[in-house]
Formats: sequence, C-alpha cells, structure tokens
Amino acid sequence: MRRSFALLLVAALAFAAAGCGGSSNKSSGSSSSASCDKGDLNLVNAGQLTVGTDNPAYPPWFGGNEKAPWKVSDPRSGEGFESAVAYAVADKLGFAKSEVKWVVVPFNTSFAPGPKKFDFDVNEISFTPARAKVVDFSDSYYNVNQAIVVKKGTKIANAKSVADLKPHKLGVQIGTTSYQYIKDNIKPSKQPAVYETNDAAVAALKNGQTDALVVDLPTAFYVTAAQVPNSKILGQFPTSASGEHFGLVFQKGNSLVRCVNKALSELKSDGTLQQIQDKWLSKVAGAPVLK
Amino acid sequence: MSGGEGRRGIVIAVASTVVFFTLLAVAITHAPGWPEVRRTFFDWDQFKDSLPEISRAFLLNVKIFSIAEAFILVFALLLAILRSLPGPAALPLRLLGIGYADFFRGVPTILVIAMLGFGAPALRLNHVPLSTTFWGIVALVLVYTAYVSEVYRAGIESVHPSQAAAARSLGLTHWQALRTVVLPQAVRRVIPPLLNDFIGLQKDTALVGFLGSVEAFKQSQIDAAATFNYTSYVAAALLFVALTIPLARFTDWLVLRDRRRRQAAGA
Repeated sequence: MRRSFALLLVAALAFAAAGCGGSSNKSSGSSSSASCDKGDLNLVNAGQLTVGTDNPAYPPWFGGNEKAPWKVSDPRSGEGFESAVAYAVADKLGFAKSEVKWVVVPFNTSFAPGPKKFDFDVNEISFTPARAKVVDFSDSYYNVNQAIVVKKGTKIANAKSVADLKPHKLGVQIGTTSYQYIKDNIKPSKQPAVYETNDAAVAALKNGQTDALVVDLPTAFYVTAAQVPNSKILGQFPTSASGEHFGLVFQKGNSLVRCVNKALSELKSDGTLQQIQDKWLSKVAGAPVLK
Repeated sequence: MSGGEGRRGIVIAVASTVVFFTLLAVAITHAPGWPEVRRTFFDWDQFKDSLPEISRAFLLNVKIFSIAEAFILVFALLLAILRSLPGPAALPLRLLGIGYADFFRGVPTILVIAMLGFGAPALRLNHVPLSTTFWGIVALVLVYTAYVSEVYRAGIESVHPSQAAAARSLGLTHWQALRTVVLPQAVRRVIPPLLNDFIGLQKDTALVGFLGSVEAFKQSQIDAAATFNYTSYVAAALLFVALTIPLARFTDWLVLRDRRRRQAAGA
C-alpha cells in the first residue's frame, strides 16, 4: 500500500514537471524592422502607448490636480516635466493624447525581470552602466544635479562646503544616485539613513532624525516649497565629470528604444524639450554650487 | 519491521528525493524566463561585490535581535504572570494584560515599527532618542512581548493545578509557589516554542530597515536599486538562513531530547 503510493507520487511529479518544462519560447523585441511607423512599433498593448511611473506622482515632474488612482498630481494632465516629455514623445511617435495610457509602476518593480506592463517607464531614473545591463535606457531627456536640503537654523545650515557635511546624519531615498554620491564624495562619518520612499525620507528630516536630505535638484525645490516647512536648499553638488542624466526605461532588447530616441532627438533639435524644461523646471538654475 | 523492508524504504526515499529535485531543477532551468532570472538573481560577480557590505550591515540585525530578545524574555514573563494573577482584585491588571496581547498581536509588526519610528520622534520631547534603530527595537520588543507572553502562559497553564495547590498546602505563598514550583517546570516546557519565536524575531529585524536603518535587507535593496540586479537579495537571504538554521536544528534536538526523557520517565 505505502509502496504503491510512493510510486504514484514519483509518477505524478514526473508528469507535472513534463507539463511545465515545455513552455513556449516567445521572445520579445524580435522585430527589428527599420520602420518607426505607428503601426510597426513593438507595443505592450496594440494601438496605445503604455507609460509607467510611480504613485504618488510628485511635482515638478508631474502636475495637475490629484485624480484617482494618482496621488498628489495626475500624470494624465500633461502638466509637469515628465508628463509633458512623455506626451511630446508620444506625439512624435504618432499617438494622440487619448492613446497614451498611464500605469502605476513602483520604482522597485520597474527593473524586475520578466515581461513589463509598460512600453517605457518615466520616473526620474538615472542612467548607470550597471543598470543598463538589465534594462534599456533611452537617451537623456534631462541632465540632473544632486542637491542637499536642510532645515533653517540647524547646525548643518551653516555648512559652506562638501567637507562641512561630513559629521552630519544624511538621509536619502533608496534607488537614487544620491546615496552613491554621498558614499563616494561626502564620505560622512555617520551611516546615512536610507528610505524606501521620498515621503519617509522627508518625514525623517522633519523629525530631526536626519540633518539633511540629499535629492535631485528639481525635487529639492518641491521639498522646500511644499513638504518641509522652514527648510532651504543648502546647495547643489558640482556636476561629476561624466554627468548624470535621466533616461526612459525599457524592457531589455525592446526595439521601441530606437524610435523613442529618434523622437527625443527631434524634440531636442526643434527646441521642444528645452521649452518643456523652461516651463516646468525654470527655478532649478538658482541654487548655489557647494565646492 | 524486518531489515529488508527498512532497506527498501531507504531506497524508495532516496529515489523519490532525487527524482523530485531533479525534475524541479529541470523545470526551473527550462522555463522561458530562466536566463533572465539567472542573470538578475544569481550573478556571481554581483554576489561577490555585495556580500562584504551586506555582511557588515547584518551585524546591525544581530545587534537588534540580541538587545530585543533580552528585553522580550523578561517583559513577556512579567506579562504572563500578570495575566495569571488570581483573585477579583487583580481583574484590572488581567484586563490590561489581555488588551496588550490582543492589540500587539493584531497590528502588523511593520505598522508598529512605522508608527513608533516616525511618530515618537515627531513628539519632539526632550531626552526621547531620535535613533531609528532604537525605535525599531522598541517596536519589536512590544510586538514580540505579546507573542512570547502567550508562550509563557501556555507553559504556566500546562503545569497541573494540583502542583500549585500542593505547594500552597505546604504553606508557600502564591508568589513562592509560582517561583519555585510552577515557573521552573513551565519555562522548561516552552523552550522549543520560545526558540521558535526567537527565529521569527531574527527575521523581523529586517523590518527595522523601513525606518532608514541600513541593515542587511536594506543594504541589499540599495545594491539592487543601484544595479537593477537582485543577486544581493539572495546574499542577504543566505546570511539570515545561516543564522536561523543552526537555531532551528537546536530547537528540534531539544524537542527530541525532551520527548525521550519523558518516555524514559513513563517506562
């Protein structure tokens, strides 16, 4: 009795394994046709451009009034820098505004292996060579600098140089290149605090659990204006030799990248991208550079 | 049971195990997404790069659970004693104990950590520490005290009432009977479930990372986000497993030893 059960178990396992081993071998991005016509694009959902970003969607990257499911603002508004860039790219590819669909993609899932639910993700994601091994990046749509936000009247608010920041407790959001910047350039004496979300990093600064928050400069303007009362931008950090830029994120090997890069280069040469930047990120030029 | 059947049993067990794991391995490595999964979860270079830093961060996990466990063992015992106090006059204390255990077993640990870690420092009271690790430890102590007090209580109730009655009839006070007769038996009986909760605590130290403390899981998240490669998660997982497996085997051994002793005593 027991022996026959054991044999049955082995047989069942063999059957199950045979069943799931032979799955089809579809690969995405196989069509490498030269055309960037709307009908030939490699899309997640036919006939529409599916764009991902994280929720909440914060200014100045996204604008408009909060509308479900989005919090704080609404990427569908076309307002805010990244929303405007996404719609401008969509327009160059031949999509009407109504054919652009937005999906919520938390930062941590934007690079998860497996099929993606977006054509591209726009979420202030900096290009790095290591990341580019896992996903494909578009060319730059924004060259970014990191900045430091402090509360007025605190000790760190008197810092004049990058070296003055060393003894303080710094906070960053996970996944930003700010953390790498701190480790490589500031080398603080205290382990920086690292938060899952920008909200948590902001809460810690408000509470005095961290002395300063390192974020990209446009976000720093939003943090000081709307999120932390009595705070100021201490300064921006000098641009590194290679520079840092944001790219749109694609499934590795997606043929759509080439067409989006073509659209971006057209937007750069006809001045549209600069106009969008002037409109939504105009204040950014004003912060002093910390040496 | 004859020797022949025992041997056949071993053969079947080995064959079944080999077939099972071979088929599992074949099924996984032939999945269409396997090359991508192998690249993003099992990248050897990535593993080597991230392991030293994650190991250093893991020391914070060890520190957190060592400190927390010391407080939990004491507080949970006090709570269990509180709940077993006799007499109508002790009713408010018993109710307090019940309310505490219900609340902290009901609220998800991560919520307790988030509320305390961001809430308590926001009060801006003098002398209240701002350290996120401190509040993470406080939250873990609060939650696990509720769980562990239930374990102690089960142990106390497993000691037959006649033992306490006998002690009282010899002239011992309630407290003396509890301390010298009931608790020594109760605690010995619940050592395996206590260790089980200890293992749970070791893993839950990763939740403290939510407050910004860079422990092993947070460090692995930092690496994953920097490289878009999840191999650092595997490295962190291995460190946790390396710590919990010896403790789990030790717990098994204690259970077995206890059973043998009781069987020997029964015979």
